[in-house]
Amino acid sequence: MRRRKKLILVLSLLGVSLIASLFLASAFGAVSISLPDILRMALNKVAVFDFPSTWRAAEETIIFQIRLPRVIGGALVGMALATAGVLFQGLLRNPMADPYIIGTSAGAALGATIAMLLPINLAFLGFGLVPVAAFCGALATVFLVYNLARVGGKTPIISMLLAGVVVSSLMAAIMALLISISDRLQLNLHSVYSFLLGHISVTGWEQIAVIAPLVIGGIIVARFFAFHLNALSLGEEGAAYLGVEVERDKILILALGSLLTAAAVSISGLVGFVGLVVPHAVRLSFGPDHRFLLPASALGGGAFVIIADLLARTIMAPIEIPVGIITAIIGAPFFLYLLRRTRKEYAF
Amino acid sequence: MVGLQFRQVYFSYLDGLVLHNIDLSIKAGEMVGLLGPNGSGKTTLLKLASGILKPAQGEIKLDGSSISQLSRKSIARNVAVVPQQFHIPFAFTTGEVVMLGRTPFLRALAEESEADRRVVNDALELVGIRELAQRRFDELSGGERQKVILAMALAQQPKLLLLDEPTVHLDIAHQMEILELVRGLNTGRGLTVIAAMHDLNLASLYFDRLILLKEGRVWADGTPAQVLTEAQISEVFSASVRVEQHPLTGVPHIVVMPKGSAIKRQ
Repeated sequence: MRRRKKLILVLSLLGVSLIASLFLASAFGAVSISLPDILRMALNKVAVFDFPSTWRAAEETIIFQIRLPRVIGGALVGMALATAGVLFQGLLRNPMADPYIIGTSAGAALGATIAMLLPINLAFLGFGLVPVAAFCGALATVFLVYNLARVGGKTPIISMLLAGVVVSSLMAAIMALLISISDRLQLNLHSVYSFLLGHISVTGWEQIAVIAPLVIGGIIVARFFAFHLNALSLGEEGAAYLGVEVERDKILILALGSLLTAAAVSISGLVGFVGLVVPHAVRLSFGPDHRFLLPASALGGGAFVIIADLLARTIMAPIEIPVGIITAIIGAPFFLYLLRRTRKEYAF
Repeated sequence: MVGLQFRQVYFSYLDGLVLHNIDLSIKAGEMVGLLGPNGSGKTTLLKLASGILKPAQGEIKLDGSSISQLSRKSIARNVAVVPQQFHIPFAFTTGEVVMLGRTPFLRALAEESEADRRVVNDALELVGIRELAQRRFDELSGGERQKVILAMALAQQPKLLLLDEPTVHLDIAHQMEILELVRGLNTGRGLTVIAAMHDLNLASLYFDRLILLKEGRVWADGTPAQVLTEAQISEVFSASVRVEQHPLTGVPHIVVMPKGSAIKRQ
């Protein structure tokens, strides 16, 4: 019971730090706006509060029309990727299964690129075919990599990484091919480029209105699988002995992970390593129980991407570097560290 | 109390027939050992009994109802399985692993109840690993891990316990400890036990009924004295043995007869 109270406390602290990083990240940018002002602005939106305005109207516009959608977009990307990471890692019993590393993100990106290429304009709330195509690409890739990596009822780390790398490279090559032969994409080369490197491209609330329900809904549904993911640590057969309908769960969990990845990719392109670093840090500190791991990773992932995006926007201002570069600079060494630490497991 | 019936069961993997016309009836409260050489179908028979493989023909009945009609969850509330080993890639504690045994009883978003915790504590107590509860599973020795898996299976509160060569990677002391425990659960609580066994002498000592399999067929079925005869062992295992009597219990005791090289060394 004491442990449970402690875990609830940790979740609350993570929630508070997510909200704190939302405000912190909103304060910085081309125009600095003081934190108390942002707080008062935000509270004024809640009916009972009415603080006198100590800020310019333009500042309010910057906060509500530009910064907050972007920062919330970053939070959603981080929450989705971290949750997808937990789902893939739990299902594949493989702590390296990050959506970026196993190729899901590349699949989503290829799907998205193909959709951008098509001369179809089904724009709906700021989205067109892109998220749908991203989801199909993610789902197709995850099933492809999974089946390629599977050896005798297991998905060993080494074959998973190899299949993921090879499929990702193939997807990237097809993308590069499409870009080089398509005038339509070359005209938008800069946005294609920042898509590939990972860039939170949220320009208004319309995108948030579509992505937020997907991500939040996905995270809530994921929580329903917590016990089954714990049981799946014993492997598919072991989980079946404990009453898990493994084939059904497998399809649902892969689809859910792909949906979350696709939701993230559709507003941020390829942001790597979030789904790897965050769940790992949570597991190392608080153990692998998915009932705690899922919500804690979602909250931590949100805060991680908000801060990474804040760095991306500010450290070389006025140049904005893609957020994917920041997460890779933090994440890649961490990944190598894990690979060294667990090298016994993939000895071959 | 749950009995198990196999009625004319056939099963084959993609590469050939593995079980051929299996007709068996195991009554509630029995303690049955499955014997046979590698590839004779012991593991397959256990997987059919746990419902994770479906027979190609025939029917398997668990407590009177056809196992193919039952959901995984309702099977898991009655049948628990202890495989040869489990590898767990994440750092669960022993207590958490044993709690996994409650999975078929837990609702998706609910927390485990006081009753679930009591069942887990009882299982840890029964297997004698209470003091390991806070230790990490992946840091335990092979024998300790096997006890944890047994405790997890017991946390399912099964009526039928299936064990697939549960002692094959263990030293002699741990082998006996596990078998004593299982035997105690069988006599003390009426738990029905079916175990695939490698060691004929341990099987002879701890089981009332032995089923000898050869190439996917039941070759012999009866008491250790009926099954473990020199003729049947040499026929099924193609090994030359002499059967004597265990000095303490009188059950068959198999002595392996060496060929040339080992005799010369004397």
